[in-house]
Amino acid sequence: MIESILRYEFLQNAFAAGLIIGVIAPLLGVFIVVRRLSLIADALSHVTLAGIAGSLYLSQSISALGLLNPLYLGITASVTGSLFIERLRRLYKHYEELAIPIIMSAGLGFGAIFISLAEGFSSDLFSYLFGSVSAVSRQDLWIVVIIACIVVVFLSFFFKELFVLSFDEEYAKASGLPAKWVHVLFMIVTALVIAGSMRIVGILLVSSLITLPVAAAMRISKSFKQAIFFSIVFGELAVIVGLASAFYLDLAPGGTIVVVSIIILLLTIYLKKWTKKGVPA
Amino acid sequence: MATPLIQLDNVSYQYEQTKALKDINLKIEEGDFLAIIGPNGSGKSTLLKIILGLLKPTSGRVQLLGQPVDQFKEKEQIGYVSQKSNAFNTGFPATVAEVVRSGLVKKIGLFHRYPKNVHLEVRQALKSVGMEQFAHRNIGELSGGQQQRVFIARALISNPKVLILDEPTVGIDSKNVRSFYLMLSHLNREHNITIVLVTHDVDAVSKSISHVACLNRTIHFHGFKNDMDTMSDEQLEAWYGHAVRKVDHRSEVQV
Repeated sequence: MIESILRYEFLQNAFAAGLIIGVIAPLLGVFIVVRRLSLIADALSHVTLAGIAGSLYLSQSISALGLLNPLYLGITASVTGSLFIERLRRLYKHYEELAIPIIMSAGLGFGAIFISLAEGFSSDLFSYLFGSVSAVSRQDLWIVVIIACIVVVFLSFFFKELFVLSFDEEYAKASGLPAKWVHVLFMIVTALVIAGSMRIVGILLVSSLITLPVAAAMRISKSFKQAIFFSIVFGELAVIVGLASAFYLDLAPGGTIVVVSIIILLLTIYLKKWTKKGVPA
Repeated sequence: MATPLIQLDNVSYQYEQTKALKDINLKIEEGDFLAIIGPNGSGKSTLLKIILGLLKPTSGRVQLLGQPVDQFKEKEQIGYVSQKSNAFNTGFPATVAEVVRSGLVKKIGLFHRYPKNVHLEVRQALKSVGMEQFAHRNIGELSGGQQQRVFIARALISNPKVLILDEPTVGIDSKNVRSFYLMLSHLNREHNITIVLVTHDVDAVSKSISHVACLNRTIHFHGFKNDMDTMSDEQLEAWYGHAVRKVDHRSEVQV
């Protein structure tokens, strides 16, 4: 494996991007899950699809845009979607979850139109839907690196505010925190991570890398620090094992990463049950 | 005379067509232990939100430590303990120490990290509510009363002058309510913290309390608790009855 990685640039790109996403997706995922926003991540990934499909269509029909990386429009769509979700959540104050199906169907609807308008990008599209080991370019990798930097800067500035906001929103507001702004920034960063992770795990499975490692970590963590630590460990494990098996078995990495994540989740659930019963784990 | 910590002058609040609060005048001095009592729907939560600056009154003036509430910057001086029942989800992965530490968030300010010796402050805050041995436990594993103490420690860690508690005894079983009030009384006397709590439960008002304000959209009585104690049950009920009308006050305010 190591030898192949050293030999092929596409594998270097995929693994480097995967390792970075394996950290940032579950790291941000901890906050997404405890704030009960997991479904929003799903909705945003579908909006990203509209951007990607739109970009693929445009690059087909307008030759000047032929070399445009679809990730850019994907990111634009995702960030716009996140702002729309916030607007809708405020508009339907008592039915906040309505924002999710609205945005999700809008994303899929536009996506479907662009896909049917264009012809002949089914293999490209497949890699965007379910991830790819071979399709990650150097440019994609750089985009992921930039997004990772944004996440790290954002979290190091707002970590304690996000903790308070996640744990007890009412208290956060009463303490005079700029809750609204921190939340809007959080949604934008989430949109960036979703768009960035998509190249590896695929649009349809991107939310799994955000939620599954966190779900497993929460089973065994007593503290917030532990939850973050285990989420990242599980995320990395899923990415490494998932990418390696995708490469050797010629499968879509989105699928293998999710399956590894599910196995980790099941292990943590049963591990906890066994230890509770007193059976040595 | 010293500036009152909290002062409300002719404060009214209208929610759509309903007048939730009318002409509230309230002065809370340093060292007071005040219970604001009122039945459900009497405007207690609205009043708290106005004091905390979360709602803007339709008319009237609110001052905290002598400054208008909308210009008041030292929010860490006002420790707020929200109603436990809807404050958080019990599965939240956080230890008691992590929750208490988060009470410093405003004091430290944006872009800064917790100081290195923050654990000493956490221990001190937990000690003052008798919970220091629980620092590394998961918050969801504690009982309602214990959680409430942790939330008080979270408010205390920023050394507030005033502690404001919203229905603090909800979710605490009756045998622990007494020790809970004793702890509040200790904070009030030994640590010189002014305490304001709102409750719908007159029975919950203990001996530790110095002042009482009876609220039902407007304040019907505000004074020493002892003055209220000299009233007979019948007088109290009649007085409340006159104020609220048409409501069965025995069940409503449990006088």
